[in-house]
Amino acid sequence: MIAPIRATHLGKRFGKNWALKDCSLLIPPGKIAGLVGPNGAGKSTFLHLTAGLLRPTTGEVTVFGRSPQKQLLLLLDRVGFVAQDTPLYGGFTVAEMLEFGRRLNGRWDHGAVEERVRRHKIPFEQRIGQLSGGQRSRVALALALGKRPELLLLDEPVARLDPLARREFLQGLTQAVAEDGITVLLSSHVVGDLERVCDYLVIISAGRVQVAGDLEDLLNSHHLLIGPRSANGLRLPGLEVVKASHTERQSSLWVRGQVTELPDGYRESALPLEELVIAYLSAPDAAALPQPRLEEMPA
Amino acid sequence: MALIEFHLDPNSGVSFYVQLIQQVRQALLVGLLKPGDRLPTVKEVVAQIAINPNTVLRAYRDLEHEGVVVMRPGLGTFIAVGNATPAERSGYRVLRTEVERSIRKARAQGLDDTTIGAVFAHVLRETAREGVA
Repeated sequence: MIAPIRATHLGKRFGKNWALKDCSLLIPPGKIAGLVGPNGAGKSTFLHLTAGLLRPTTGEVTVFGRSPQKQLLLLLDRVGFVAQDTPLYGGFTVAEMLEFGRRLNGRWDHGAVEERVRRHKIPFEQRIGQLSGGQRSRVALALALGKRPELLLLDEPVARLDPLARREFLQGLTQAVAEDGITVLLSSHVVGDLERVCDYLVIISAGRVQVAGDLEDLLNSHHLLIGPRSANGLRLPGLEVVKASHTERQSSLWVRGQVTELPDGYRESALPLEELVIAYLSAPDAAALPQPRLEEMPA
Repeated sequence: MALIEFHLDPNSGVSFYVQLIQQVRQALLVGLLKPGDRLPTVKEVVAQIAINPNTVLRAYRDLEHEGVVVMRPGLGTFIAVGNATPAERSGYRVLRTEVERSIRKARAQGLDDTTIGAVFAHVLRETAREGVA
């Protein structure tokens, strides 16, 4: 099966600064993949490169095996992109905005778009500029889904929404995935939402991919070990230490791998997703890439 | 209309797909669901609780594997006939009575609810580990 997104040594430099560096990544089909990382980590850059809105400085990205830079016309119908802050025309009414989408796209399911907007009781005659943040994001999602894309890219879709609007947006998104089986890549800071909705996770920090893999596998393979500080170091067979912090007496170790036996006096604690993400972000040199190696990736 | 609604607790430390399985089993035990009843469709579940559709599918598949439900393509997922046997129900009743007695005793001796909950969770975890080993 052709990967919806496959990046190989992808890099992007703006002037002297590398926004993204040597990024190799594969998003498998049918996943809702979460892209997480601090501000300025390169998430938006990655999404813009994938959408064909930027050109890479190094390496390449392919979408369904095609280059969004060189073969964009072949991808336009298949890829939906909602940029940060859902840029829509504030002066248009909702109906006009939908009509705009219909005329601009080849493949378009106007009935489904209207149905999605109606489902959320958004008035068609209302101007976009007068909608609430939640309504606006619902219209943007309905528009992005209008061409029945096979891949949907969302840049911080819920960042500015209140909890209710956020939940409603994610309900709409998961429903669309359940109905059409599309692949989604969305960036977000809200780890709780990612945990609910995503089944694949990419952690990106300082322009590099730190973690990429199945969410469940990541959660199962990371643990927090807490116990007495050892003077001559601990033996942790089969485990890799992502991050460690020590007090005079105690050690806390964030580890990756299967814990077969605990060192004396140690206890194991579950590592919720938020803690896992924070452990990696605060240890920029650590990396977990339990994904297929590039050589093994299908082209 | 779906017969049951799922509710997720993100802070329980129990994965969402296990929570879904537990809630179906729980609904069966207390008689909320009966053999032949249809579970909410994947679409209904995600529209209600905004969860990854694959998580729901995986929970239903595991329940099918355990013989709790039967998935009929195009029709839905149904509670298998022969579920919620009297034996299971009496097991549930016995447990409930004993747990209730233990909780009352612990409260009478001055333990607070947080501690009681922590002890239950701890014993549950420890004995689960024994079962694996």
